[in-house]
Amino acid sequence: MHTNANKEQGMDAPAQYFDWGFIHISYPNLIVIGVMLVVFAVALVAPFPHGSDRDA
Amino acid sequence: MPDQLTKVKPQAGGNGAAAAEVDDASWTLRTRRWVDRVLPMDNLLPHRQPYYVGSWVYVFGVITIAALVWVVISGVVLSFMGPQWWHDSGLGRFFNSLHFWSVQMFFLFMVLHLWGQYFMAGWRDGRAATWIIGVVIFGSSILTAFTGYLSQQNFDSQFIAINAKDAMNSVGVGAFFNVLNFGQMYGLHVMLLPITVTFLVVVHIVLVRARGVVKPIDPEGGAAS
Repeated sequence: MHTNANKEQGMDAPAQYFDWGFIHISYPNLIVIGVMLVVFAVALVAPFPHGSDRDA
Repeated sequence: MPDQLTKVKPQAGGNGAAAAEVDDASWTLRTRRWVDRVLPMDNLLPHRQPYYVGSWVYVFGVITIAALVWVVISGVVLSFMGPQWWHDSGLGRFFNSLHFWSVQMFFLFMVLHLWGQYFMAGWRDGRAATWIIGVVIFGSSILTAFTGYLSQQNFDSQFIAINAKDAMNSVGVGAFFNVLNFGQMYGLHVMLLPITVTFLVVVHIVLVRARGVVKPIDPEGGAAS
């Protein structure tokens, strides 16, 4: 087992929380949602690579 | 049975009507014809696709499936080796992390796929079942993830179980889903729910193959022809 069980660090430590009015969300969740929104926005504008012999 | 054998046997004199009658009564033949009609091989394994299949939305779906494959592979290894291995050994922690991060990828890209299909109105033109099964996959996956958090065998899972029991009781299902019962939660997590999710994913893909992906919405408001 862990020898430093009383010394929480890294991902073993409780997450920090972002507070803004009624919004209360951990930074890991906030970051994941932000990344998802960015990836979705990029997917809307990024050209999709097409092969040379596509059906029209 | 000799009568039936006589009927289906080809006869030189021509007894085609009788043979056809027996053929129609054959459930294997009827099933084969139904599969041929609903899901012809050209649809099941197409070598060409319409131009609008070239979309990141479907890449998100494929990445979701790829993540699911890794979730299942790492989950099989974890269930085979057991909690002490995944907590104490370096390789065990690696597979534990592989399982966790594969799930993160699974949910992330599943939700991106869902967002895309929502804005494309992917349920159009007879694709309601595909959409609904996708939603059920989403719900089943959440249940699988919840039971996974309860199956970690650490203080975190105990904390979650003790708090979640009140939620279960508040909606009246505490007698059926006892989150403090590790055996029940672990069984649901490694057997019933993964089989459900995997089966529904297969049905989802078969439906996509059977109907094809939805056409783009044209600027006039209807479906592009």
